[in-house]
Amino acid sequence: MIVRLMGEGQYRVDDACLARLGELDDRAVAALERDDESELDARLDEMWGVVTEQGERLDDADLTPSDLIIPPSDLTLEETRALFSEQGLIPDLPS
Amino acid sequence: MAGLMGRATTVVKAKLSRLLDNAEDPNETLDYSYEQQLTLLQNVKRGVADVVTSKKRLQLQTGQLEQALVKLETQARDALAAGREDLARAALERKSTTQAQLRGLDEQVKGLEAQQEKLIASERQLSAKIEAFRSQKEVIKAQYSAAEAQVRIGEAATGIGEQMADTGLAIQRAKDKTEDMQARAGAMDELIASGTLEDFTSGGTQLDRELEQISSQSEVDSELARLKGELGAGAERKELEA
Repeated sequence: MIVRLMGEGQYRVDDACLARLGELDDRAVAALERDDESELDARLDEMWGVVTEQGERLDDADLTPSDLIIPPSDLTLEETRALFSEQGLIPDLPS
Repeated sequence: MAGLMGRATTVVKAKLSRLLDNAEDPNETLDYSYEQQLTLLQNVKRGVADVVTSKKRLQLQTGQLEQALVKLETQARDALAAGREDLARAALERKSTTQAQLRGLDEQVKGLEAQQEKLIASERQLSAKIEAFRSQKEVIKAQYSAAEAQVRIGEAATGIGEQMADTGLAIQRAKDKTEDMQARAGAMDELIASGTLEDFTSGGTQLDRELEQISSQSEVDSELARLKGELGAGAERKELEA
């Protein structure tokens, strides 16, 4: 599976790594739902750590789409919510 | 409830599907997408330049505050030498406020540096992917039937589109930060201009006047002493001549 760390780059990860990411992801969601920003940041940091340490970085020129995208940990709670909202944090692409 | 990874993935892919939906003629899609990529690359370069400009402005203010610190220290010492502890205290209080402002500026400069690094990394990745896309697009145009091309274009466009969304977000975040800094830098400029921060160095304050008085008084005293000395010497000379 290919995972993108938003703002960082893409990595190829194995199944064990994915399973660990899934566990951390559940805890991150729970933290977001109870407005616990420090817990959310900590879990996201941990997810980033798992990917950068155990994953294999793809070349910058690789055009393979990612299977999963992990948001950055330095967003505020509001920004993280905005990221998932209808309007979104990601601006429209230039036209 | 989907996880954060799932949600982020959905959000990014939704942005891209809108982009690809507009596609009718594969060749046109490729060229259009490529143009968009180049526009975004220009935007990210401009973003880096904006961050650098903001950083320079903060660094300029840092220099101004550092000068104010030196002057305040000198003034405190002068006041103390003149036996005016109250004035020395006032100058040192202002110095401490200025030091806090300086630490704040330092933090902001570091924040902008972090943004700058992120943008530069994003620019590098986008640039590498655009180059790969450009050569792939020529291959697709030359070698594939319309149906096959559609599939390959979908893959390539999704791959680079993801990077574009990522870079777009980096530009947006840097822009928000830069605007925030600009506002603060503007407020700081106003503070400096109004003399609130540089009261003692701008020359117009009560403290400044008092310090000036001290120094001019001591000048008068020493002039007086000099004149008295001359007069005294003259009188002695007259006595000797008589």
